[in-house]
Amino acid sequence: MAAMGELLAGARAGLPFALPTFVVGVSFGALAYELGWGAIAPVAASIVVFSASAQFAVASVLAAGGSPGAAVAAAALVNGRYLPMGLAVARWLRGGRLRRALEAQAVVDASWALANRGDGRFDRAVLLGATLPQFPAWVAGTAAGVAAGSAIGDIDRLGLDVVIPAFFLVLLGGELATRRGRAVAALGALIAVLLVPATPAGVPIVAASGAALLGLVARP
Amino acid sequence: MSLWLTLAAVALVSAILKAAGPALVASRGLSPSTQVVFAHLPPALLAALIAVQTFADADERLVVDARALGLAAAAAALTLRAPALLAVALAATVTALTRMLL
Repeated sequence: MAAMGELLAGARAGLPFALPTFVVGVSFGALAYELGWGAIAPVAASIVVFSASAQFAVASVLAAGGSPGAAVAAAALVNGRYLPMGLAVARWLRGGRLRRALEAQAVVDASWALANRGDGRFDRAVLLGATLPQFPAWVAGTAAGVAAGSAIGDIDRLGLDVVIPAFFLVLLGGELATRRGRAVAALGALIAVLLVPATPAGVPIVAASGAALLGLVARP
Repeated sequence: MSLWLTLAAVALVSAILKAAGPALVASRGLSPSTQVVFAHLPPALLAALIAVQTFADADERLVVDARALGLAAAAAALTLRAPALLAVALAATVTALTRMLL
Protein backbone atom coordinates (compact mmCIF):
# COMPACT_ATOMS: atom_id res chain seq x y z
CA MET A 1 0.00 0.00 0.00
CA ALA A 2 1.01 3.56 -0.44
CA ALA A 3 1.93 5.19 2.83
CA MET A 4 -1.14 6.36 4.72
CA GLY A 5 -0.02 9.98 4.43
CA GLU A 6 0.18 9.75 0.64
CA LEU A 7 -3.27 8.17 0.43
CA LEU A 8 -4.69 10.94 2.60
CA ALA A 9 -3.08 13.52 0.33
CA GLY A 10 -4.74 11.72 -2.58
CA ALA A 11 -8.05 11.79 -0.71
CA ARG A 12 -7.68 15.52 -0.19
CA ALA A 13 -7.11 15.93 -3.93
CA GLY A 14 -10.42 14.16 -4.51
CA LEU A 15 -12.46 16.33 -2.13
CA PRO A 16 -13.63 18.86 -4.75
CA PHE A 17 -15.42 16.01 -6.56
CA ALA A 18 -17.38 14.94 -3.48
CA LEU A 19 -20.17 17.55 -3.77
CA PRO A 20 -20.86 17.20 -7.52
CA THR A 21 -20.71 13.41 -7.11
CA PHE A 22 -23.22 13.58 -4.25
CA VAL A 23 -25.53 15.68 -6.43
CA VAL A 24 -25.34 13.26 -9.37
CA GLY A 25 -25.98 10.46 -6.87
CA VAL A 26 -29.15 12.24 -5.74
CA SER A 27 -30.37 12.36 -9.36
CA PHE A 28 -29.63 8.68 -9.84
CA GLY A 29 -31.30 7.66 -6.58
CA ALA A 30 -34.42 9.70 -7.33
CA LEU A 31 -34.63 8.39 -10.91
CA ALA A 32 -34.14 4.72 -9.97
CA TYR A 33 -36.68 4.99 -7.17
CA GLU A 34 -39.23 6.52 -9.53
CA LEU A 35 -38.56 3.70 -12.00
CA GLY A 36 -39.67 1.24 -9.35
CA TRP A 37 -36.31 -0.13 -8.25
CA GLY A 38 -37.36 0.12 -4.61
CA ALA A 39 -35.19 1.68 -1.93
CA ILE A 40 -32.40 -0.88 -1.59
CA ALA A 41 -31.46 -1.68 -5.21
CA PRO A 42 -30.40 1.87 -6.20
CA VAL A 43 -28.08 2.13 -3.19
CA ALA A 44 -26.75 -1.39 -3.77
CA ALA A 45 -26.11 -0.48 -7.41
CA SER A 46 -24.09 2.55 -6.34
CA ILE A 47 -22.03 0.40 -3.98
CA VAL A 48 -21.24 -2.48 -6.34
CA VAL A 49 -21.21 -0.69 -9.71
CA PHE A 50 -19.94 2.73 -8.56
CA SER A 51 -20.21 4.27 -12.01
CA ALA A 52 -22.66 7.07 -12.66
CA SER A 53 -22.60 6.71 -16.43
CA ALA A 54 -23.11 2.93 -16.36
CA GLN A 55 -25.90 3.13 -13.77
CA PHE A 56 -27.77 5.79 -15.75
CA ALA A 57 -27.32 3.64 -18.86
CA VAL A 58 -28.88 0.65 -17.10
CA ALA A 59 -31.75 2.76 -15.76
CA SER A 60 -32.53 4.27 -19.15
CA VAL A 61 -32.42 0.95 -21.03
CA LEU A 62 -34.67 -0.79 -18.48
CA ALA A 63 -37.02 2.21 -18.35
CA ALA A 64 -37.38 2.04 -22.12
CA GLY A 65 -38.40 -1.61 -21.86
CA GLY A 66 -35.02 -3.02 -22.84
CA SER A 67 -33.97 -6.50 -21.76
CA PRO A 68 -31.50 -7.10 -18.91
CA GLY A 69 -28.99 -8.20 -21.53
CA ALA A 70 -29.37 -4.94 -23.41
CA ALA A 71 -28.88 -3.04 -20.14
CA VAL A 72 -25.69 -4.93 -19.36
CA ALA A 73 -24.41 -4.37 -22.91
CA ALA A 74 -25.14 -0.63 -22.70
CA ALA A 75 -23.30 -0.39 -19.38
CA ALA A 76 -20.37 -2.35 -20.79
CA LEU A 77 -20.07 0.07 -23.71
CA VAL A 78 -20.31 3.07 -21.40
CA ASN A 79 -17.61 1.66 -19.12
CA GLY A 80 -15.52 0.56 -22.08
CA ARG A 81 -13.45 3.68 -21.47
CA TYR A 82 -11.94 1.86 -18.49
CA LEU A 83 -9.97 -0.27 -20.97
CA PRO A 84 -7.84 2.58 -22.36
CA MET A 85 -7.83 4.29 -18.94
CA GLY A 86 -6.54 1.06 -17.38
CA LEU A 87 -3.86 0.68 -20.04
CA ALA A 88 -2.65 4.20 -19.29
CA VAL A 89 -2.29 3.58 -15.55
CA ALA A 90 -1.18 -0.07 -15.69
CA ARG A 91 2.50 0.53 -15.10
CA TRP A 92 1.88 2.89 -12.17
CA LEU A 93 0.04 0.32 -10.06
CA ARG A 94 2.04 -2.13 -7.98
CA GLY A 95 2.48 -5.85 -7.53
CA GLY A 96 1.48 -8.79 -9.68
CA ARG A 97 -1.47 -9.02 -12.04
CA LEU A 98 -4.03 -9.77 -9.34
CA ARG A 99 -2.87 -6.93 -7.09
CA ARG A 100 -2.88 -4.45 -9.98
CA ALA A 101 -6.34 -5.65 -11.06
CA LEU A 102 -7.61 -5.06 -7.52
CA GLU A 103 -5.96 -1.65 -7.18
CA ALA A 104 -7.52 -0.69 -10.53
CA GLN A 105 -11.00 -1.03 -8.99
CA ALA A 106 -10.36 2.25 -7.16
CA VAL A 107 -9.74 4.09 -10.42
CA VAL A 108 -12.67 6.21 -11.63
CA ASP A 109 -12.82 9.18 -14.00
CA ALA A 110 -12.05 11.77 -11.34
CA SER A 111 -9.17 9.93 -9.66
CA TRP A 112 -7.72 9.08 -13.07
CA ALA A 113 -7.88 12.70 -14.21
CA LEU A 114 -6.51 14.01 -10.91
CA ALA A 115 -3.62 11.52 -10.86
CA ASN A 116 -2.47 12.33 -14.40
CA ARG A 117 0.93 14.00 -14.19
CA GLY A 118 1.52 14.42 -17.92
CA ASP A 119 3.94 12.55 -20.18
CA GLY A 120 2.10 9.34 -19.35
CA ARG A 121 2.96 9.46 -15.64
CA PHE A 122 0.33 8.83 -12.94
CA ASP A 123 0.45 9.43 -9.19
CA ARG A 124 -0.54 6.10 -7.65
CA ALA A 125 -1.52 7.60 -4.28
CA VAL A 126 -3.98 9.93 -6.02
CA LEU A 127 -5.31 7.14 -8.27
CA LEU A 128 -6.26 5.18 -5.15
CA GLY A 129 -6.78 7.97 -2.60
CA ALA A 130 -8.92 10.41 -4.58
CA THR A 131 -11.73 7.87 -4.67
CA LEU A 132 -11.92 7.75 -0.85
CA PRO A 133 -14.18 10.83 -0.54
CA GLN A 134 -16.00 10.16 -3.81
CA PHE A 135 -17.30 6.68 -3.03
CA PRO A 136 -19.20 7.60 0.18
CA ALA A 137 -20.45 10.78 -1.51
CA TRP A 138 -21.85 8.70 -4.39
CA VAL A 139 -23.54 6.16 -2.12
CA ALA A 140 -24.89 8.77 0.30
CA GLY A 141 -26.16 10.88 -2.61
CA THR A 142 -27.99 7.88 -4.02
CA ALA A 143 -29.60 7.18 -0.63
CA ALA A 144 -30.61 10.83 -0.31
CA GLY A 145 -32.13 10.71 -3.80
CA VAL A 146 -34.11 7.59 -2.92
CA ALA A 147 -35.36 9.24 0.27
CA ALA A 148 -36.24 12.55 -1.33
CA GLY A 149 -37.67 11.09 -4.53
CA SER A 150 -39.31 13.57 -6.83
CA ALA A 151 -39.46 16.13 -3.99
CA ILE A 152 -36.03 17.40 -4.98
CA GLY A 153 -37.36 18.71 -8.29
CA ASP A 154 -35.00 19.56 -11.12
CA ILE A 155 -31.58 19.95 -9.50
CA ASP A 156 -30.05 20.67 -12.91
CA ARG A 157 -31.33 24.21 -12.56
CA LEU A 158 -28.47 24.80 -10.11
CA GLY A 159 -25.95 24.18 -12.87
CA LEU A 160 -24.10 21.61 -10.80
CA ASP A 161 -24.07 19.15 -13.71
CA VAL A 162 -21.25 21.16 -15.30
CA VAL A 163 -19.06 21.03 -12.21
CA ILE A 164 -17.48 17.69 -13.16
CA PRO A 165 -16.70 18.56 -16.81
CA ALA A 166 -15.43 21.96 -15.61
CA PHE A 167 -13.02 20.21 -13.24
CA PHE A 168 -11.92 17.98 -16.11
CA LEU A 169 -11.29 21.14 -18.13
CA VAL A 170 -9.04 22.42 -15.34
CA LEU A 171 -7.16 19.10 -15.35
CA LEU A 172 -6.90 19.08 -19.13
CA GLY A 173 -5.19 22.47 -18.94
CA GLY A 174 -1.84 20.93 -18.07
CA GLU A 175 -1.98 18.80 -21.20
CA LEU A 176 -2.48 21.82 -23.44
CA ALA A 177 0.96 23.27 -22.77
CA THR A 178 2.46 21.57 -25.80
CA ARG A 179 1.35 21.70 -29.42
CA ARG A 180 1.21 17.88 -29.42
CA GLY A 181 -1.05 17.86 -26.37
CA ARG A 182 -3.38 20.41 -27.94
CA ALA A 183 -3.57 18.42 -31.17
CA VAL A 184 -4.37 15.16 -29.35
CA ALA A 185 -7.02 16.85 -27.18
CA ALA A 186 -8.63 18.56 -30.16
CA LEU A 187 -8.74 15.33 -32.17
CA GLY A 188 -10.09 13.38 -29.19
CA ALA A 189 -12.89 15.89 -28.67
CA LEU A 190 -13.64 15.95 -32.41
CA ILE A 191 -13.87 12.15 -32.69
CA ALA A 192 -16.15 12.01 -29.65
CA VAL A 193 -18.48 14.78 -30.83
CA LEU A 194 -18.77 13.34 -34.34
CA LEU A 195 -19.63 9.88 -32.99
CA VAL A 196 -22.20 10.98 -30.37
CA PRO A 197 -25.19 10.95 -32.75
CA ALA A 198 -23.95 7.91 -34.69
CA THR A 199 -22.96 5.34 -32.05
CA PRO A 200 -24.27 3.95 -28.74
CA ALA A 201 -23.26 5.87 -25.60
CA GLY A 202 -19.71 5.13 -24.53
CA VAL A 203 -18.35 4.37 -27.98
CA PRO A 204 -17.41 8.01 -28.71
CA ILE A 205 -15.08 8.15 -25.71
CA VAL A 206 -13.47 4.78 -26.38
CA ALA A 207 -12.95 5.75 -30.03
CA ALA A 208 -11.37 9.05 -28.98
CA SER A 209 -8.48 6.98 -27.60
CA GLY A 210 -7.40 6.75 -31.23
CA ALA A 211 -6.30 10.37 -31.00
CA ALA A 212 -3.41 9.17 -28.82
CA LEU A 213 -1.86 7.67 -31.98
CA LEU A 214 -0.91 11.26 -32.85
CA GLY A 215 1.85 10.71 -30.30
CA LEU A 216 3.58 8.56 -32.92
CA VAL A 217 3.65 11.33 -35.50
CA ALA A 218 7.11 12.87 -35.76
CA ARG A 219 7.36 16.28 -34.18
CA PRO A 220 6.95 19.04 -36.76
CA MET B 1 -35.12 -10.46 -9.29
CA SER B 2 -33.94 -9.78 -12.82
CA LEU B 3 -33.00 -6.24 -11.70
CA TRP B 4 -30.64 -7.67 -9.11
CA LEU B 5 -29.10 -10.08 -11.62
CA THR B 6 -28.69 -7.21 -14.07
CA LEU B 7 -26.94 -5.10 -11.45
CA ALA B 8 -24.68 -7.99 -10.48
CA ALA B 9 -23.75 -8.54 -14.12
CA VAL B 10 -23.06 -4.83 -14.64
CA ALA B 11 -20.85 -4.77 -11.53
CA LEU B 12 -18.93 -7.81 -12.77
CA VAL B 13 -18.45 -6.42 -16.28
CA SER B 14 -17.32 -3.06 -14.91
CA ALA B 15 -14.80 -4.72 -12.60
CA ILE B 16 -13.41 -6.77 -15.47
CA LEU B 17 -13.09 -3.70 -17.70
CA LYS B 18 -11.26 -1.84 -14.93
CA ALA B 19 -8.99 -4.81 -14.21
CA ALA B 20 -8.17 -5.71 -17.82
CA GLY B 21 -5.52 -3.10 -18.61
CA PRO B 22 -3.54 -3.36 -15.37
CA ALA B 23 -3.81 -7.17 -15.32
CA LEU B 24 -2.68 -7.65 -18.91
CA VAL B 25 -0.01 -4.99 -19.21
CA ALA B 26 3.13 -5.75 -17.26
CA SER B 27 5.08 -2.90 -15.71
CA ARG B 28 7.95 -3.55 -18.06
CA GLY B 29 8.23 -4.85 -21.58
CA LEU B 30 6.13 -2.22 -23.34
CA SER B 31 7.64 -1.09 -26.60
CA PRO B 32 8.63 2.58 -26.72
CA SER B 33 5.97 3.37 -29.30
CA THR B 34 3.27 1.69 -27.18
CA GLN B 35 4.40 3.78 -24.23
CA VAL B 36 4.20 6.93 -26.35
CA VAL B 37 0.62 6.12 -27.38
CA PHE B 38 -0.40 5.31 -23.78
CA ALA B 39 1.21 8.58 -22.66
CA HIS B 40 -1.07 10.48 -25.03
CA LEU B 41 -4.27 8.82 -23.79
CA PRO B 42 -4.95 11.41 -21.03
CA PRO B 43 -5.45 14.45 -23.30
CA ALA B 44 -7.47 12.34 -25.77
CA LEU B 45 -9.79 10.84 -23.14
CA LEU B 46 -10.13 13.95 -20.99
CA ALA B 47 -11.06 16.07 -24.00
CA ALA B 48 -13.56 13.41 -25.10
CA LEU B 49 -15.15 13.21 -21.63
CA ILE B 50 -15.52 17.00 -21.52
CA ALA B 51 -16.93 17.12 -25.05
CA VAL B 52 -19.52 14.41 -24.39
CA GLN B 53 -20.55 15.80 -20.99
CA THR B 54 -20.94 19.25 -22.55
CA PHE B 55 -22.53 18.61 -25.93
CA ALA B 56 -24.43 15.29 -25.70
CA ASP B 57 -27.97 15.27 -24.30
CA ALA B 58 -29.74 12.35 -22.66
CA ASP B 59 -30.87 11.07 -26.08
CA GLU B 60 -27.36 11.09 -27.56
CA ARG B 61 -28.03 14.14 -29.68
CA LEU B 62 -25.53 16.96 -30.09
CA VAL B 63 -26.79 20.16 -28.48
CA VAL B 64 -25.30 23.52 -27.62
CA ASP B 65 -27.08 24.58 -24.46
CA ALA B 66 -26.45 26.21 -21.10
CA ARG B 67 -23.69 23.71 -20.34
CA ALA B 68 -21.63 24.88 -23.31
CA LEU B 69 -21.92 28.49 -22.14
CA GLY B 70 -20.83 27.49 -18.65
CA LEU B 71 -17.84 25.54 -19.91
CA ALA B 72 -16.90 28.41 -22.25
CA ALA B 73 -16.94 30.76 -19.26
CA ALA B 74 -14.68 28.39 -17.33
CA ALA B 75 -12.32 28.10 -20.29
CA ALA B 76 -12.13 31.88 -20.58
CA ALA B 77 -11.44 32.21 -16.85
CA LEU B 78 -8.70 29.57 -17.00
CA THR B 79 -7.12 31.30 -19.98
CA LEU B 80 -6.98 34.45 -17.85
CA ARG B 81 -5.24 32.36 -15.15
CA ALA B 82 -8.16 32.39 -12.75
CA PRO B 83 -7.92 29.86 -9.88
CA ALA B 84 -9.46 26.46 -10.64
CA LEU B 85 -12.26 26.70 -8.08
CA LEU B 86 -13.28 30.12 -9.39
CA ALA B 87 -13.44 28.78 -12.95
CA VAL B 88 -15.57 25.82 -11.85
CA ALA B 89 -17.92 28.04 -9.81
CA LEU B 90 -18.23 30.34 -12.81
CA ALA B 91 -19.20 27.40 -15.04
CA ALA B 92 -22.00 26.39 -12.65
CA THR B 93 -23.19 29.97 -12.19
CA VAL B 94 -23.30 30.77 -15.90
CA THR B 95 -25.09 27.47 -16.61
CA ALA B 96 -27.65 28.09 -13.85
CA LEU B 97 -28.27 31.71 -14.92
CA THR B 98 -28.68 30.68 -18.56
CA ARG B 99 -31.26 28.06 -17.58
CA MET B 100 -33.08 30.60 -15.43
CA LEU B 101 -33.28 33.12 -18.28
CA LEU B 102 -34.16 30.73 -21.09
